[in-house]
Amino acid sequence: MAYSEKVIDHYQHPKNVGTLDKSKKNVGTGLVGAPECGDVMRLQIEVDDTTGIISDAKFKTFGCGSAIASSSLATEWLKGKTVDQAMAIDNMDIVEELNLPPVKIHCSVLAEDAIKAAINDYRSKNGLEPLEEKK
Amino acid sequence: MELKLPIYLDNNATTPMDPRVLEAMLPYFTDKFGNAASRNHPFGWVAEEAVDYAREQVAKLINADPKEIIFTSGATEADNLALKGVFEMYASKGNHIITCVTEHKAVLDTCKHIEKLGGQVTYLPVQEDGLIDLNELEKAITDKTILIAIMYGNNEIGVVQPIREISTIAKKHNILFFTDATQAVGKIPVDVLADGIDMMAFSGHKMYGPKGVGVLYVRRKNPRVKVTAQMDGGGHERGMRSGTLNVPGIVGLGKACEICRLEMADEAARLSQLRDYLETSLKELEESYVNGNVNSRLPHVSNISFKYVEGEGLMMGFNKDIALSSGSACTSASLEPSYVLKALGLGDDLAHSSLRFGLGRFTTKDQIDYTINAIKNTVTKLREMSPLWEMFKEGVDLDAVEWSHH
Repeated sequence: MAYSEKVIDHYQHPKNVGTLDKSKKNVGTGLVGAPECGDVMRLQIEVDDTTGIISDAKFKTFGCGSAIASSSLATEWLKGKTVDQAMAIDNMDIVEELNLPPVKIHCSVLAEDAIKAAINDYRSKNGLEPLEEKK
Repeated sequence: MELKLPIYLDNNATTPMDPRVLEAMLPYFTDKFGNAASRNHPFGWVAEEAVDYAREQVAKLINADPKEIIFTSGATEADNLALKGVFEMYASKGNHIITCVTEHKAVLDTCKHIEKLGGQVTYLPVQEDGLIDLNELEKAITDKTILIAIMYGNNEIGVVQPIREISTIAKKHNILFFTDATQAVGKIPVDVLADGIDMMAFSGHKMYGPKGVGVLYVRRKNPRVKVTAQMDGGGHERGMRSGTLNVPGIVGLGKACEICRLEMADEAARLSQLRDYLETSLKELEESYVNGNVNSRLPHVSNISFKYVEGEGLMMGFNKDIALSSGSACTSASLEPSYVLKALGLGDDLAHSSLRFGLGRFTTKDQIDYTINAIKNTVTKLREMSPLWEMFKEGVDLDAVEWSHH
């Protein structure tokens, strides 16, 4: 299977690989997927308390090139967004941006799940209700 | 000498054709184009003579009689002919076949088909090292058992089954023994008499011969084995496989067998040394595991899991330069990881993390050095971005984590 240039670029030069301090109250962590399914994503956001804007985002992913690219792209998109804006990121936006083929759509779904899980982790740490997934 | 890329290490999938084989084949496409069944003119005689000669070359490699060689379109057809042909021919004796879970799909799916036709099939499990348990085999035998079908060497992990012990059990119970030896013939000594094989399938393109030609060996004495033809027509190949003979392909297969017979001993020694070097070097990476029994194995195959990295992601790091296979789900349409690795009891995570190396006649030390370097770099890079690796390093028990399955 041929990968799109954008997937290859994210794979070769992944953006924002790393770990944020999950003990901090303004850091939300989402860990989704399962080793036996062949992909696990961990996505983290750090939210600026005063502005409510995501000031930093990091990821680590176990998975194929498309999974790595989806999470790398997600961290790029998250930075600078408010939490509400981040919640609106749709997996099909990722599919479109990376030209993912149909068999790789699950990678984008996983990235969307990871974003939502990270946001909800941040919200629950700060005494807020988790947001419903609009499926 | 400069290293030429990409490097081919997928010789279990197919092998390049040896130039000497091509040379032998060429006249049979043009000048010597006759039909081997044309008995009444020189064009036919020339073709028939070439086929007879190839049949001898093939027979000699496996210590068979030339009359016992049935040419087919490949190993898949030979597997089908053996299984379905025995099921039909020996229907009055019984309907039970014993095979094992790590067989090639050409055997497994044919067995599934036979089940639909009313056959009974036992799929033996394998042990952690990929070998079948001989006691289990013997226990599975019933008075309806007509055939034991166990492969010689496995295509994914290279494990070589205890063929002589299996044939001894088969003989003791008066049951036919068929083996798919596609990965073994031409790579290690295979002797149908000493090994006690009644039927055996193999293919040209796994041994530096052409695609589209294969063999079913069918024993003629002690016992005389017969299979019902699965293709009706002109009664070629002693009535077991009709269809105009693929003369150039057969000539190529014959030549390929001859080369293997003459060069196999040196070649196997060279390849196992290279393979062991590759394996030892890659095992320097933490948490890397060789899959399958390492003592009973084909000399040119290695299957290694690199824990906490995913196989397809791993291959993407070098697949422009190195051709390999992975046991990972993502490489196949099914999204299921390798059933062979799962049969060894490997967790899905390790099955997803595996690479299969198939070395071959044209593999060089330089290529292996390049491969070792590329894989080490990619594994290290991907582990740095693997959440599982980080958790493992922090001492988190990954089995205790509640994963969100999707």
